[in-house]
Amino acid sequence: MNIHGIRAIYRFEMARTFRTLMQSIASPVLSTSLYFIVFGAAIGSRMGEIDGTSYGAFIIPGLIMLSLLGESISNASFGIYMPKWAGTIYELLSAPVSWVEVVIGYVGAAATKSVMLGLLILVTARFFVAYEIAHPIWMFGFLVLTSVTFSLFGFIIGLWADDFQKLQVVPLMVITPLTFLGGAFYSISMLPPLWQKITLFNPVVYLISGFRWSFYGHADVHIAVSTGMTLGFLVFCLGIVWWIFRSGWKLRN
Amino acid sequence: MSAAFESSVPTVSASDAIVSVRGVGKTYKGGFEALKRIDLDIRRGEILALLGPNGAGKTTLISIICGIVNASEGSIVADGHDIVRDYRAARAAIGLVPQELHTDAFESVLSTLRFSRGLFGKPPNAEYLERILRDLSLWEKRNSKIMTLSGGMKRRVMIAKALSHEPKVLFLDEPSAGVDVELRHDMWQMVRRLRESGTTIILTTHYIEEAEEMADRIGVINKGELILVEEKHVLMRKLGKKQLTLSLQQPMPRIPEALSGLPLELSDDGLTLVYTFDAQSDETGIASLLRRLGEQGIDFKDLRSSESSLEEIFVNLVRKPKEERA
Repeated sequence: MNIHGIRAIYRFEMARTFRTLMQSIASPVLSTSLYFIVFGAAIGSRMGEIDGTSYGAFIIPGLIMLSLLGESISNASFGIYMPKWAGTIYELLSAPVSWVEVVIGYVGAAATKSVMLGLLILVTARFFVAYEIAHPIWMFGFLVLTSVTFSLFGFIIGLWADDFQKLQVVPLMVITPLTFLGGAFYSISMLPPLWQKITLFNPVVYLISGFRWSFYGHADVHIAVSTGMTLGFLVFCLGIVWWIFRSGWKLRN
Repeated sequence: MSAAFESSVPTVSASDAIVSVRGVGKTYKGGFEALKRIDLDIRRGEILALLGPNGAGKTTLISIICGIVNASEGSIVADGHDIVRDYRAARAAIGLVPQELHTDAFESVLSTLRFSRGLFGKPPNAEYLERILRDLSLWEKRNSKIMTLSGGMKRRVMIAKALSHEPKVLFLDEPSAGVDVELRHDMWQMVRRLRESGTTIILTTHYIEEAEEMADRIGVINKGELILVEEKHVLMRKLGKKQLTLSLQQPMPRIPEALSGLPLELSDDGLTLVYTFDAQSDETGIASLLRRLGEQGIDFKDLRSSESSLEEIFVNLVRKPKEERA
């Protein structure tokens, strides 16, 4: 295992995060605060409780997931796309590092940043609403698992993209709608029966539901299903990355 | 491969070769054949210059050896390790300075070097990195962001990065592209110092002068084929032509009939006569030429002989069709 190589990539990526602190951290925190003001304080005050939880508190897990998914994908995709775009990828490709080490370095750094962001949003939320975390270890575990899985997904997007538009298209056109429709702002039990069935095809439902369970102890789907679905997606993404590095697709051809 | 040079291509034993390329070919998606079954042995400690026109396949060959591009066929062993099966050990032995100035604009010089060293699996070594930076006159700029450096300095940063993990083999792809004369000469000196310290160096270049100045051996690639690999002085002797230039007393309207069978060329103003002869041959024909000139009453005021440069040899080689080279 090339530990020095992993450390070099991880440090490089984390340095990039701290260089772009405003864009990396401040901007998502600001936009999440605005959500809390609008949906939590302004509109939420006129909404009733959902499963015994105030609306302001109910949306916290969904809002964290909203930022987490978007940021994990954009951090990781940007991290690997930039060397491709700038040409500095030659060094990575000619270095004695395996695909596992590359993934640990890049995805690890992107996921670290996402976890930091998630915790920061959690702290920010405290200024707007009171909440309790029923299962803090599960909450943190879910935060890490989601960050890693979607950073890995972002890493694949970064490898696949050959222009900036492609880099933006998946987070913007796929992930954001799926998150909004995945129960970030409502419980799926509030939907008509048919839509309750249809919405189960949305993978983000399982993430938000599982994360919400770790806060309030109740969820739209069972925690085991949520964890299983997320782990399944993680393994699927790992398989894709393994194939990309093995075949050299978009990298060594 | 040209039949005339087959004997001179991989003649080194496996222990002498630090890089062995066997039957390596590359066909890109779309059918373009960039390399056609290349065989090449790079000797430990030598400076090998790869010459070839644009698109000849030089960069593709280097990229395959360094692991950036997958070969379509063939195998490569670097420092005793197969570059695919045992890529870690093979790549650890190789440093690459690519042709384009690919740098992380926002990084400082020192941090980018630390990154490169770590990436290649080496533990931190501040003293070694300082030595490289001082050798390349970059120490004063160690904390500067790369984006603030001149083109020449960026080129040096790229060399420093390639050297940061103490490679045994250094590939320099067009090191002098866009570099001024002074820096080019500095770079040549640095390359010589590296070779003295035991590093094997492979450089591709458009500047024949560079190859002539530095290389021990020359390889010529054209249209994806390795036309020849030869010791520089042997190549120049084998393929070099000598010319005898005579400055005439009186202009001559045309070459007289009596001299028409000789390899002579007359300048447009009729004042210069150039005689081309084989440098290797014992019988150059000069004495006979001078006698016949005297018989024709052609006087000359000066004569000088010159040897063809590597550039002329190179142009001659890549222009000739394959059959003729053979």
